[in-house]
Amino acid sequence: MLSLKQRRSLNTLLLGVLAWGVALAIFFPIFWMLLTSFKTEIDAFATPPQLFFSPTLENYTLVNERSDYLHFAWNSVVVSFGSTIIGMMLAVPAAYSMAFFETKRTKGTLLWMLSTKMLPPVGVLVPIYLLFKDTGLLDTKTGLVIIYTLINLPIMIWMAYTYFKEIPKEVLEAARMDGSTLFQEIWRVLLPMSKGGLAATVLLSLILSWNEAFWSLNLTASEAAPLTALIASYSSPEGLFWAKLSAVSTLACAPILIFGWISQKQLVRGLSFGAVK
Amino acid sequence: MKTTALNAGSASSAADPKQCSRQGSIRTTSRINRFMVSPSVLVLALWMVIPLSMTIYFSLIRYNLLYPGDNEFVGLENFQFFVTDFGFMAGMSNTLLLVGAVLLITVVLGVLISLLINQAFWGRGVVRILLISPFFIMPTVNALIWKNLLLHPVSGVFAAIWKFFGATPIDWFSEFPLFSIIMIVSWQWLPFAILLLMTALQSLDQEQQEAARLDGAGPWALFFHLTLPHLARPIAVVVMIETIFLLSIFAEIFTTTGGGPGYETTNLAYLIYSQALLQFDVGLASAGGLIAVVLANIAAFFLVRLIGKSLTEKQ
Repeated sequence: MLSLKQRRSLNTLLLGVLAWGVALAIFFPIFWMLLTSFKTEIDAFATPPQLFFSPTLENYTLVNERSDYLHFAWNSVVVSFGSTIIGMMLAVPAAYSMAFFETKRTKGTLLWMLSTKMLPPVGVLVPIYLLFKDTGLLDTKTGLVIIYTLINLPIMIWMAYTYFKEIPKEVLEAARMDGSTLFQEIWRVLLPMSKGGLAATVLLSLILSWNEAFWSLNLTASEAAPLTALIASYSSPEGLFWAKLSAVSTLACAPILIFGWISQKQLVRGLSFGAVK
Repeated sequence: MKTTALNAGSASSAADPKQCSRQGSIRTTSRINRFMVSPSVLVLALWMVIPLSMTIYFSLIRYNLLYPGDNEFVGLENFQFFVTDFGFMAGMSNTLLLVGAVLLITVVLGVLISLLINQAFWGRGVVRILLISPFFIMPTVNALIWKNLLLHPVSGVFAAIWKFFGATPIDWFSEFPLFSIIMIVSWQWLPFAILLLMTALQSLDQEQQEAARLDGAGPWALFFHLTLPHLARPIAVVVMIETIFLLSIFAEIFTTTGGGPGYETTNLAYLIYSQALLQFDVGLASAGGLIAVVLANIAAFFLVRLIGKSLTEKQ
């Protein structure tokens, strides 16, 4: 018979093993994608799937030649950083004013901003498509930047707002007393005090824009198509380029995966509009 | 900076000559303050009003890009056509099935997994990272990796597992198309539930748990009387946010099945897309778009109320 203590530590061990098992199973598709990206096309399509094989870097070196990877990656970078920068320029002042100068309407404004996020994209697909067609924004990076800024702005404002709320008003008032201008107050006092939270806001915006795949598939063709659209083009049935698909996918997902790992704890706040912290 | 902060604090209580000028400066700032929130309000208002009013207008006229005509006013005819179309019933039931099944899977597994990793064990940090990773994979990658590398009937990993156990491999996307989509989407959204619930569990009162345990409460009693009530709100948040996103699932369907076979994996979002950009029927697609807006608003109504409540609690 095991003593109570032994039984408890055995329990902990078993639960730990179970947790690892679940985690590895959930992570498996990503691991398999990474593994396949180092296979030759023949190994990638082998039956049964090969766990051991002689690895090759060929897919990565061929990716750019085959699919002009850098063109699409550049579009993704421009579009996600562009929309994040503009979004932050709009969100920080808005969150600042709502967090520190609350009026009767602040709560209503915040909730209304949140409700714009509830508008399903298909509800406005047709008019946006036609507007973009008429204004020449179809298949342009500018067009995507505009859309991404608008769809992420409510989340960014909310996230910045919850972080600003944690800063005591007195600190900003003191800076004002010392004769700081509004710009100095924000730049030298507010931003340094909330840099962790704002960094997480930036990362969340980058993650969401980078992975966005409704507007990018519907509003771009080739010129402004980001990585989400490049990968969708691999869905055509002719030619099975699994190894290359895996290599492109790994390259496209790696930076965002790392951003996500770094900011996992802070993201909860933005993703739940401050309801879970 | 710290000392001035203290000074400012005492200055506000004492009668200080600076007091007057401070009041004045706050008044000017609050005028600037209004100005600072207005750019965001303005762009979001435009984003709401312009396309939505266009959708409403389009939904009431006959408007097909292939047959340019005088776009006459037809009242609710588009709605009638959209709703009585064969695709609509399929689209609605697929949308509800997809949302319902994914919610059920992600919430149940999310609660179980977040409880499982809520205790100390070796390598917990790594386990957390592995568990939340799928959420950061772009939807098109998710769809194609699953469709090709995992679910392929001949060379996929699942086929190999089935063969290993002596079963006949399943051609997932032709035999169980909607189930395959549900599986893919659940894999993507399970980490979202885990992430939120895991965070919520950390604020669970440990002393209360310990006290209940000393009073002889078993694990089931602990779960149903302490843990689950504590998780009620985060679960509600997960359900509503996921609902809003799941109602518009598009890329996963676009890259794997294209809505088929037949209408078997066509959800409302995909149906509207195909009406608008594949059949160019603007009027019909707009009517469908408005129906999607109404559906999303039902979920949004509850979410906004819940979050509004937490906004007041904080203050």
